[in-house]
Amino acid sequence: MTQIPARDAERYALGTVGVSKNFGGVQALHRLSISIPRGQITCVIGPNGSGKSTLINILSGMLPLDSGMVIVDGEGLHVVHPYEMPDLGITRTFQDVRVFNQISVWDNIMVVLTRRKLLPALLERGKASQRERAEQALRDVGMWDKRNSLAEDLSYGQRKLLEMARAMALDASIYLFDEPFAGLFPQMLTRVKDIFKQLRARGKSILFITHNMDIVRELSDHLIVMDSGELLVEGDVDEVLARREVIEAYLGD
Amino acid sequence: MTTRTGESTEAGQRLGLVGRLKNGNIELWANLIVLALVIGFVFWRGSGFAITIGTVFAIWAILTVSLNLVVGYTGLLSVGHIGFFGIGAYSVAILTSTTDYSLLRTQSIPTHEWPFFAALPVGIVLAGAVALVVGVVFNRFRDDVFVLVSFGFAIISFNLFLNAGAITRGAFGIHEVARPNIVGRTLDGELEYLIMALACLAIVSLVAWAIVTSSFGRVLTAIREDEQAAAVFGYRVTHYKLAIWVISAMMAAMAGGLFSSWTSFIDPNSFILLESILLVSIVILGGLATIWGSLLGAMTFVLLEEGMRFLPFIPDVYVGQARQVALGVLLVVLMLFRPQGLMGRYKL
Repeated sequence: MTQIPARDAERYALGTVGVSKNFGGVQALHRLSISIPRGQITCVIGPNGSGKSTLINILSGMLPLDSGMVIVDGEGLHVVHPYEMPDLGITRTFQDVRVFNQISVWDNIMVVLTRRKLLPALLERGKASQRERAEQALRDVGMWDKRNSLAEDLSYGQRKLLEMARAMALDASIYLFDEPFAGLFPQMLTRVKDIFKQLRARGKSILFITHNMDIVRELSDHLIVMDSGELLVEGDVDEVLARREVIEAYLGD
Repeated sequence: MTTRTGESTEAGQRLGLVGRLKNGNIELWANLIVLALVIGFVFWRGSGFAITIGTVFAIWAILTVSLNLVVGYTGLLSVGHIGFFGIGAYSVAILTSTTDYSLLRTQSIPTHEWPFFAALPVGIVLAGAVALVVGVVFNRFRDDVFVLVSFGFAIISFNLFLNAGAITRGAFGIHEVARPNIVGRTLDGELEYLIMALACLAIVSLVAWAIVTSSFGRVLTAIREDEQAAAVFGYRVTHYKLAIWVISAMMAAMAGGLFSSWTSFIDPNSFILLESILLVSIVILGGLATIWGSLLGAMTFVLLEEGMRFLPFIPDVYVGQARQVALGVLLVVLMLFRPQGLMGRYKL
């Protein structure tokens, strides 16, 4: 068997090996093998329908994979359940912002901090340590004042921030962000960029999707280019962006 | 309706009681009106009437509070709740059955002569076991498909009560269901029974309150909002849904046991699908995801049901239909102007 880079847990936090995924005949991912470097920001780009979101859904266990495996911290997994994510140190946000709409902002955060097992959860009513962490998470994104509002009453940008705060409250080591910059006005954009930089400074690994090439250049260390469910090219961001086929496909002229 | 509930309550805290009333705080108005109606009725009709509506209220309220855990908090719109109510009712009726039956010429059933307080837990556990089995299957479904399969459960349980004649006496029903007996003393007084029913309601409400204020309860609401997102944050949503489904079914069975021993006669007609739908309506009327709302909703319904008997312009024979019409109209008005119900914050 050939050397699999993602097996190197020191260098790579996450990866896939030969992952394929079909949706009723449509091949969303085809034998995709990628590696996501530890402690860096990795960006996935590619045209619409190239399988970027499917990749994140597979990495977070929300879609079962047809073949291949996911590698987390050097360990190969053929089956990934969504509820294992916190234990694997993985968290995510969604392309179509998915906060818990009809509960308060506060409860949106608390829900990721409390005990997971049935009986302990039944006997637990918000410990002081959990409340402190929730408060911190909300203050970090500047939403402490909104804690009693229902999530559905927030603006789009605020809901996006809330979703990010929810992911960060989990204190994972790997963050998967599906189009975190889409639809944000400049002030919010800066805020989210700051969050990325903070996370990287704390040694976290990030995988995110975007269509904005300026953000790719500004933020990412590692770049993955996908097309039609396949890996086009992967590597250091400057190297990848210098390559002809990428220039032709994405940067125009 | 431009003001949202959250804002109006925050503003209300600054305004004080009178200010809140003037401000059109619907929650407060609803509470006051129901309270006034209760007091009015009791003074008008006397204590006997109060005891009767109190008992009916306690039984309905156990059902609405328990159903709200599933419908309001977890977002599973079940129209099969009456099935579990029936399991509790039939368990108590069958297990406490005495030789009095054998004297009847019609189809007889084996007599067990258990005391009420032995039969009730068996009914509750049985309902829990049935809920567990049914729930494992139902866990695959959600939203409108869940409504349909729970509909199926209501139909199946009704047909079981009707056709398992050897143990349920089918359409004949079971007569002379025994009253509870505490240390050699039978609770045949209506007031005693009321106290016991209210005690049961208090236990159920307390358990429900403990559940919804715990971390477990918060997870239920998250599951209601987005099951997949809740899963990605480490929750085994199927376990959570199954757990609350079973707990809720057991509470409904408790109400069933109380009901059959109180009325002393049950037949399958008490457990038809329509009753289930009525229950869902009362839960929505009181407000989804609020326990107080379910209590208020049950009281409103009982007042409506009993109160309409005394309206002079409705002939006695039409009272049954009239109160369903009234409830229907009330629901439509509510959905138009206040979709979260009298007390709730959450909308379907």
